[in-house]
Amino acid sequence: MLTLEGAEPFIYRTHGALVANSPSVHYCANLMSARGPRKYVVSVVGQSAPSDLAHRSVLDEVVHPVVRRSGVDRIFRSVATSSAVITFILMGLIGGFLLVKGYDALKVAGWGFLTDSEWAPDQGGKFGIAAILPFTIQIAVVALFIAVPVALSTALFITEYAPRKMRRLLTAMIDLLAAVPSLIYGLWGLFFLQPRLITLSKWMADHLGWIPFFHVDDQYGTSLGIFPSSTFVSGVIVSLMVIPICTAVMREVFSQAPPGEREGAMALGGTRWGVVRDVVLPFGRGGIIGGSMLGLGRALGETIAVTLIISPAFTAKWSILDQGSNSIAALIALKFSESSTFGISALMAAGLALFIITLLVNAAASTVVSNSRSGSSTEI
Amino acid sequence: MTMTLNTTLDDSGEDKIDTEERIKIRDIEIVDVIVMTGSAISALALSYFFFQILLPVSGALGFLVCWYVFFNIISTVAIWELRGAVKAKDHLARTFIWTGGMIAVVPLILVLGYVISKGYHSLRPQFFTQDQKFVGALSDATEGGGAHAIIGTLEQVGIASLISVPLGITTAVYLNEVKGRLTKPLRMIIDAMSAVPSIVAGLFIYAAWILALGNQQTGLAGSLALAVLFLPTVTRTSEVVLRLVPGGLREASLALGGTEWRTTSRVVLPTAKSGLVTAVILGVARVIGETAPLILTVGGAFVMNANPLSGKQDALPYFVFRLIRFPQEAQVQRAWTGALVLVILVLVLFVIARAIGGRGPDNISRLKKRRLKRKGLA
Repeated sequence: MLTLEGAEPFIYRTHGALVANSPSVHYCANLMSARGPRKYVVSVVGQSAPSDLAHRSVLDEVVHPVVRRSGVDRIFRSVATSSAVITFILMGLIGGFLLVKGYDALKVAGWGFLTDSEWAPDQGGKFGIAAILPFTIQIAVVALFIAVPVALSTALFITEYAPRKMRRLLTAMIDLLAAVPSLIYGLWGLFFLQPRLITLSKWMADHLGWIPFFHVDDQYGTSLGIFPSSTFVSGVIVSLMVIPICTAVMREVFSQAPPGEREGAMALGGTRWGVVRDVVLPFGRGGIIGGSMLGLGRALGETIAVTLIISPAFTAKWSILDQGSNSIAALIALKFSESSTFGISALMAAGLALFIITLLVNAAASTVVSNSRSGSSTEI
Repeated sequence: MTMTLNTTLDDSGEDKIDTEERIKIRDIEIVDVIVMTGSAISALALSYFFFQILLPVSGALGFLVCWYVFFNIISTVAIWELRGAVKAKDHLARTFIWTGGMIAVVPLILVLGYVISKGYHSLRPQFFTQDQKFVGALSDATEGGGAHAIIGTLEQVGIASLISVPLGITTAVYLNEVKGRLTKPLRMIIDAMSAVPSIVAGLFIYAAWILALGNQQTGLAGSLALAVLFLPTVTRTSEVVLRLVPGGLREASLALGGTEWRTTSRVVLPTAKSGLVTAVILGVARVIGETAPLILTVGGAFVMNANPLSGKQDALPYFVFRLIRFPQEAQVQRAWTGALVLVILVLVLFVIARAIGGRGPDNISRLKKRRLKRKGLA
């Protein structure tokens, strides 16, 4: 029996009229016609049920004040519960296993895991994420720098500006953008985008070199040859995978902007941009922040496209344009085959670090998003 | 509208109101067209002047960006002069948002177009029937095929779905229909697990299944890694779909004397069916292209191995990932063919998902309406 919080369900026998008036009961009668409704019974469920006099007046008598569960129900409940328990255990196992396995390596490395930048666990050397983690974050930040404005305007375009037919098409295309495997993006980035993008890198290094991120130190001057496989190129590719996630969240929140206020702003003579600026954007702030953070989580964990693009580097640097970058996920993909059991443990520790970061980012994101919208069940 | 307003006022005999022309929000006026065309042309001229004569730079992209900036400046100033600041800002925002919407679509077209143009040369029917057994690195790109990889991918994704889909949907049913003490922690842990980067899922299976339990790299190990990734996705999306089922339906079913099991199996799940199917297919479309967990688990092979339980197996994404790094032109070409097949698989799944779903639970398709009519239900 469905139980809404705080109230005990009641079942009442009623006049047929009450049942017939409810469209939801009609629908149910159709769906259940294999057996067919045998009794005209309606349940009044919820907090208002026992005290709702309006309902009481049409109710003849209380048939069942309490829920009776059949044997089938008990089986159903236990099956659902046990699958929930299995999922729970499985998921807990992954986190636990990462923790336990990673701990072996963490014990050896100690605090050095956070401060060392080379990666040589199998050679008995030091290993740490001091260089890889900043690279990972740099790639994600570059990706967000591109993805958030594009996703924001795409979401606004879909909800506010696009003609109705275009809206459906565009939504489908954004969904498709999310469905294309990251491997394909990686290939495209490596073969198509990178050769074209490095001219932009060179231009930025030449003209915006005074910004520390774009400064390139090279004894031969800025030749095109030093720009491929950089943080910047991989960030651009990763942004393509972040855009659909951000767009989906933002679009959902924007479309829930209260129509009353929207129309009010229009009626006061506001332009479309005025409505967007004063109603849609303030209302969707949570969605913008949350969507961007979900995108950040995805960008941090992106593996295969980054693996294809970068040439691994183990010295942290500010500059994002020149060759050499890294990411935790790419490190795992590149190093695992040549690693011993201890090396795997060290990679597990790196994976654990990545997992904790993405976890925190995602948890924060989903809190922000869920605070910005109501998510209870839909009612007819 | 204005006309009727006028006549009623006249009839009542009160003082006349000078009704203004009604503001039309979505009308394109001739002035706007002139301003836009004028700005476009003058921006073109200006950027040509800058690019070709003043600055020692060149390039199509730079020219386009330059033109875009000039176009925005000129048209905004023009509208500011004609219509005032508010309209000008509105215009500027509109251009930016349209541009952003278009920019999001361009890479999709470029990516798909590029993969098709690279892959179609050497796509032959035997790509679906042969493996790489008799193919060397130097033999022609059209020789041999990727059947072993396709079979591997289908088996791995199939097994992963067999594990994850029933488990995920029943878990979603637990979260949304049964509800219990586990609901909150479970939802939290599923949120947490959907944050697991795909490579970490592969690493987990590699360490737990292969290193700790002493199994070999097999197709099954790959399926397990995919299942780990698939489970939180399918649980989350089906929970969202189940949440869309109106609460009134459940109450009505219970009111008619239906048991919980009956309510779930005959009311909630059928109502959410199209949504669930869409969620699962979209999930499969995502999982089918996962490469990172497979690098660690399936081992990779160049010959057919249809048995996922023993021996190394290949997978389409892994096939592409390995071959693309070869120095030989033919191998790279094979990788592109594989990439094209992968994209086609994803596209097909995507189209199927769109055709089935894409509507709310109350939105009945034409086909279904006809079927219902035949039964005399609608």
